[in-house]
Amino acid sequence: MKIAVCIKRVPDMDVRFKIAAIGNAVDEVGLKFDMNDFDSWAVEAALQIKDKDPATEVVVVSLGTDAVQETIRKALAMGADRGVELKSAQIPFDGFVIAKAIAAELKDGGFDLILFGKQSADSSNGVVGAMVGELLGMPVVTGISKLDIAGHTGSAKREIEGGQEFVEFPLPAVLTIDQGLNIARYPALKGIMAAKKKPLDVKPVQLGEPSVTVIQMELPAERAPGRIIGEGAAAVPELVGLLQTEAKVL
Amino acid sequence: MANVFAFAETRNGELRKIGLEAVTAARAVAGATGGQVDAFIAGAPGVVSLSSQLAKYGADTVIVAEHAGFDKYNPEAIAAIVADRVRAGGYRVAIFPTSALGSDLAPRVAAKLGVGLVTDVTAITLQDGAVIVKHPVNIGKVLATVKLAATPALVAIRANMFTPVDKPHAGTVERAEPIGDPAASRVVVKEVKMGGGTKLDLGEAPVIVSGGRGLKGPENFHLIEELAAAFGNAAVGATRVVTDEGWRPHSDQIGQTGRLVSPQLYVAVGISGAIQHLAGMRTSKTIVAINKDKEAPIFKIADYGIVGDLFEIVPALIAAVKEAKARG
Repeated sequence: MKIAVCIKRVPDMDVRFKIAAIGNAVDEVGLKFDMNDFDSWAVEAALQIKDKDPATEVVVVSLGTDAVQETIRKALAMGADRGVELKSAQIPFDGFVIAKAIAAELKDGGFDLILFGKQSADSSNGVVGAMVGELLGMPVVTGISKLDIAGHTGSAKREIEGGQEFVEFPLPAVLTIDQGLNIARYPALKGIMAAKKKPLDVKPVQLGEPSVTVIQMELPAERAPGRIIGEGAAAVPELVGLLQTEAKVL
Repeated sequence: MANVFAFAETRNGELRKIGLEAVTAARAVAGATGGQVDAFIAGAPGVVSLSSQLAKYGADTVIVAEHAGFDKYNPEAIAAIVADRVRAGGYRVAIFPTSALGSDLAPRVAAKLGVGLVTDVTAITLQDGAVIVKHPVNIGKVLATVKLAATPALVAIRANMFTPVDKPHAGTVERAEPIGDPAASRVVVKEVKMGGGTKLDLGEAPVIVSGGRGLKGPENFHLIEELAAAFGNAAVGATRVVTDEGWRPHSDQIGQTGRLVSPQLYVAVGISGAIQHLAGMRTSKTIVAINKDKEAPIFKIADYGIVGDLFEIVPALIAAVKEAKARG
């Protein structure tokens, strides 16, 4: 089996963001970066297949500046076999432009599975995986939280509002991974050492002209500061009163 | 003049609320320019009966794709019809839901049309002919204004942001035939399991009662269920710890990697307010927090906080809400 996993380097979200002087981007000074959570579960899904069938090759692909090499090395340290950096001066917001570059890279790779995280924490748009599948003419299943592969057929579970969908599809296929499929492994020291020697190809890409562009970023209005109305069950009557008369939600 | 396409999501032969929201959003965009709204529905034979509801919320035309194979979501066949209609219709904007179905369908359609797509959109405007949308990024901590230059501009709206408004239009029914055989789709939904007949969806419920680690175990979640039942119009949510521990299904998780919700009222019980959780609920209109630790971050954003033992407070709140409801 040959599996590609497409991953993104994203900022750690546990900070107060500042808007960059340019006005349509976040100020990256002082931010820490790591692999997008959903993408780490995609890497894990590929590695679990490789655990069962060691002949499996797992190729990790990431688009961006040379900084993405750190993220690719993390996936290699987890156990992926080799990496590809699609080198680009920036990561555009337009997912279709990204999808075209990734599809061009993967088109002739002979992959049985192409995995993506469901969406990225930073641009939060969740479109690239399904677009790559369409561009490659491959079956696509999005947002899966359970996966079984038997020969050339896969079955997956998708969380839908209030329930689940059970889906079957033939391989090769493109899948996007939701939370709940697995818990990503941490790279072991041995893996970190081994990752340094694994191949990482750097391939410059020319991105197309985006049709979707961010023209402004702002910090949303802060909520009014919180208010503690009391302690214990004694505060319940006041709460119910406020919900009725002030918030008017009861 | 801007004509607008709206994908009105159905499930089991019924319109989903976000389907009406898509039509409402389309009406607002088209209305500003004297344009027309074409709503699209797909489903098993008989789904055409929903057309009158779409007309009521502003559809000039309702494009209906009926097929026995559309009783469940058929991603490849639906994407093929929608892409064909959007391509042929000459729309300025095409609006989809950001839902499990819409998030799967919209990028397929965008790729077929060769255009970009913005999902999770909270506002849409036309400015000097350009389509401008608002889209939260960085787990809702930053708000992006995004310009879509291509025609059609494809956007997928966030639930609960475009309140359905009565604006009756003709709703003339037009049929759309499947392109090829829907049974030939490679991706097949074999089965759909719902969590329970009357359970409200987190994305649509006006009230959400959520439980966190403070509940101490799955055996105590009945308190959350009972409080939700007392409100009557509430769905039950949970934090990531709770779903990772298996106390509740992953589909109940609210947060950065779970559902993003904006109900009228959010009641956080035994939830400290980790950044990951706040990302999913901070846009709720009114937030109530019940937690034993007065330093818990949830109290920084809660409109009404009560400090104390939830096992004492929640039963009292259940009784008080029931009483308030009974009084009307």
